[in-house]
Formats: sequence, C-alpha cells, structure tokens
Amino acid sequence: MGEERIVEIKTEELLKIAEEFKNKGYTYFSFMTAVDEKEKFSLCYRLSSLENKNSITIKVKIPRDNPVIDSLTSLWAGANWQEREVYDLFGIIFEGHPDLRRILLPEYWEGHPLRKDYQDERITKRPDFY
Amino acid sequence: MIKTEELYLNVGPQHPSTHGVLRVIVKLDGERIVEAKPDIGYLHRNFEKICESRTYTQVIPFTDRLDYPSSMVNNLAYSMTVEKLAGITVPKRAEYIRVIVAELNRIASHLLSFGASGMDAGAFTIFLYCFREREFIVDLFEMLCGARLTYNYLRFGGVSQDLPEGFIEKTKEFCNYFKPKIDEYEDFLLNNYIYSQRAKNVGILKKENALSYGASGPVLRACGVKYDLRKDEPYSVYNEFDFDIPVGKNGDCWDRAKVRLEEMRQSVRIIEQALETIPDGEYLNSQVPRLLKPPVGDVYHHIESPRGELGFYIVSDGSSRPYRIKARSPAFSNLSIIPLISPGLLIADLIIIIGSLDPCFGEIDR
Repeated sequence: MGEERIVEIKTEELLKIAEEFKNKGYTYFSFMTAVDEKEKFSLCYRLSSLENKNSITIKVKIPRDNPVIDSLTSLWAGANWQEREVYDLFGIIFEGHPDLRRILLPEYWEGHPLRKDYQDERITKRPDFY
Repeated sequence: MIKTEELYLNVGPQHPSTHGVLRVIVKLDGERIVEAKPDIGYLHRNFEKICESRTYTQVIPFTDRLDYPSSMVNNLAYSMTVEKLAGITVPKRAEYIRVIVAELNRIASHLLSFGASGMDAGAFTIFLYCFREREFIVDLFEMLCGARLTYNYLRFGGVSQDLPEGFIEKTKEFCNYFKPKIDEYEDFLLNNYIYSQRAKNVGILKKENALSYGASGPVLRACGVKYDLRKDEPYSVYNEFDFDIPVGKNGDCWDRAKVRLEEMRQSVRIIEQALETIPDGEYLNSQVPRLLKPPVGDVYHHIESPRGELGFYIVSDGSSRPYRIKARSPAFSNLSIIPLISPGLLIADLIIIIGSLDPCFGEIDR
C-alpha cells in the first residue's frame, strides 16, 4: 500500500483528526493497540484507504496515572471490540464507548495483564540465558 | 390473547456448530433474533504476554497456535515482520517454498471452512469429501516437516529444511487430482437447491459496514470489495504469479462460500506456476544470527491469511526479546459483525452466519 505515514498527535486532538482522516477516505479501520512505555501508554491506530491504497498510523501518548482517551466508536464500528480489548489488557478508559466491558478475560479478573508492572505468582519465571 | 415474551438463549460455548468455543447470547422473539451478543475469550492464553518473555525465535511455535487451520500463514506473517524489522533478506528458493506452503495451507483452511459451512446447513457429504482432500495436503506437510497441524516450519531468512525428495511431484499430482474436485464441490454445495435457499440473502453485509468494522478476507471480498494484500500490497514473490481476485456481489453467506471456492482455484494456479519456476539455491539465509537482536523501533507488516488481513505489530527495545507483540487478527474483526447482521433472522440462520464468517478461536481469543 504505497507509503507508510505516521502522525503523532496530542490526546485532545484525537477525535478531530481521526474524523478528518475519515472524511479524506480512510474508511477502513484496521486495528488499534497500546504499548506500555513505563511512564506513558502509547496508543496506535491504523487506518487504511482502500481506494487510494495507502495507510496511516496515528500515534498518541497518554499519561499512565490518568489513562483516559476519547473513543472512536462513533466513527468506526470496528473500534468497539478493539477498544474493549485494550481496556481489558491495559486498563485504558475510552470515554464515550457504549459498552466498555472486558472482552477476553472474565469479568471478575483483577488487573490488566499487558501492563509491564502486572504481578501474578502463577507466571513462570523464564531463565535469563539470553 | 396469548401472552408472549422474549427469551434469552445461550448458544455455546460447547456447541459443535460454533466452530470452537464461541458463546452467543441470543435474545429471541419466537424464532426471530432480536439481539445477538457474542461472548469470546474462552480460549484466551494471552499470547501477547507470553511472547514478551520469549526470544524472537521462540515465538514462532506460538504463532502456530493462533490460527491453527493455517499455521504456515501465521509463521509467514510473523517471520516477515521480524525480517522487516531486522532487515533480513530471504533467498529466492525460500520465497518460492513459502508461497507454495502458504497456498497449500490456504486450500486446506478453505476446505475446512467450506465443508463445515455445508455441514452447518445439514449437508454432511461435502464435509467428508473436503476432509478427504485436506488429508492429502496434511500428508504433504507431514512429509515436509513432520507435523500435521502445528508446523513450525519457517525460520527468519527462509525455511527450516529444503523440500524433500518427491515433494514437487506429489504436489503436482495433488493439483491435478484436486482441480476437477473443485467443480464437483460447486455442484455439491453451491448449486445445491437446499443450501442456496438456506444461504442466499442471509446475513447480508454492506460494503460500508464491512470497511467500518475492519472486516477482511473472503468476508470483505464477498461484499464486492476487490481487496487482497497479495495483489494490493504484493509481498514475498506473489507479483511473479498470475492469478485473479474473486469477489462476490451481495455479501451474503452464499457469496462468502463462493469466494472461498474460487480462491481455492486461484491457489492451485499459484502453486502450479510456483512449482514450474522454483529456482535452485539456498533455502535459508545462513547469515542470520542464532540470537537475533533487532534494532530499536516498531514495525507493522500484514499479509493475506485465509481469513483476511493478518498482521503483526512488533516493538523492539534492542534486546533479544520483543518488547511488545500485537497480533492483528482478521477473525476477531470479522466476528464482531455478528450483532450487526443477525437481528431479524431466524435462529437457524445464525448458525449459517457463524460458519460463513469462518471464525478460528485460537486467533480470536489469542
């Protein structure tokens, strides 16, 4: 798909910029995910335009002590399950999400496993050979 | 006046027609679906967390267990992402071997899905016939790497071993045997009056909804969108082969089965061309270090799996272990359209819809 473009934006601009891209023809919501960068969470959204055959990655950083961001469910329906997954595994709150529940883990689960500081005594320690 | 009320019904998670461990909570008005809510996660192992404590090479066998009917394609997607991150080149012969095994695996996966979608509608024969043919492919893979389901065959920079003696002849034999069978399946299932009645105009997905939900693969192409990463963003050596992208018209369950059938034809075409032109040479780039330490950075790469756009997003911190791996699962996005397309249909239609979306729970729950 031609060139890869990466746009880094501020938290409060997300909804506005995402809508602009949608109007520009980026109608395909590929996926979204998060990365735990110790002090911050970095969110990454990938949108594609199938007509123009190009894709764009939107990156936004949010603080760890207040992990709240606008939901994109109003723009792309596919964001619904993707955001639930990120909420489930990272504990990031999506404001305006219609049904923010855990999706992969059971409802009674405590903690968010993909955070780097997640503790569970059942995790086997791997030997540090490498 | 008879008093009626709505009823909640649990479909699954232990139900043979849910293709795994899918649970759908269905709100019924008589036999009509008012609301359908899928509940997933019964097979969740947190693949992404496991990978963070393994080295890059140790992750390859885990990718087998994502989309288990098409392990080779998962291996390929992951290996290509790491190769892109670390800048590893792949010898030409290895690229051809990869295309051959990926397309064989696509046929095997589509046979499973095609047969099972028939069985969901009560057509048992087609399921047995599809499994008979799938057995040939599984035998070929066993000859190739010793495993029948989780292959762990690809390595960074190539494949783990060269094609064994007689593999090319056997694969050619399979292609010749298989081609007339595809026409037979078309008559058996797609032109079958009962199946057509059950699957046509059922579970119609509109193009704009498909894009918004991020649907891909046969589900997207059945809506008439000609989007296939093998053509639109050619990876490996796909641009050297001549093949078509079949698309549907209405986006219903029948179209999805039809697209899968046509894709099997195209896969045979690709395999035949690859077998004719496969070059000699190295099957593995011998310069790849045993303990790979890719440079700091992040990379996303996606390929066309039998279910759609399968991608890996890898973040590297320069150590021997990935900092973060995200698997973009096509079946996850495809399954999320169930609440959209099922209201108003009969409960029996829901089973046909689930089958036509071809969910694979190793990949959805990860």
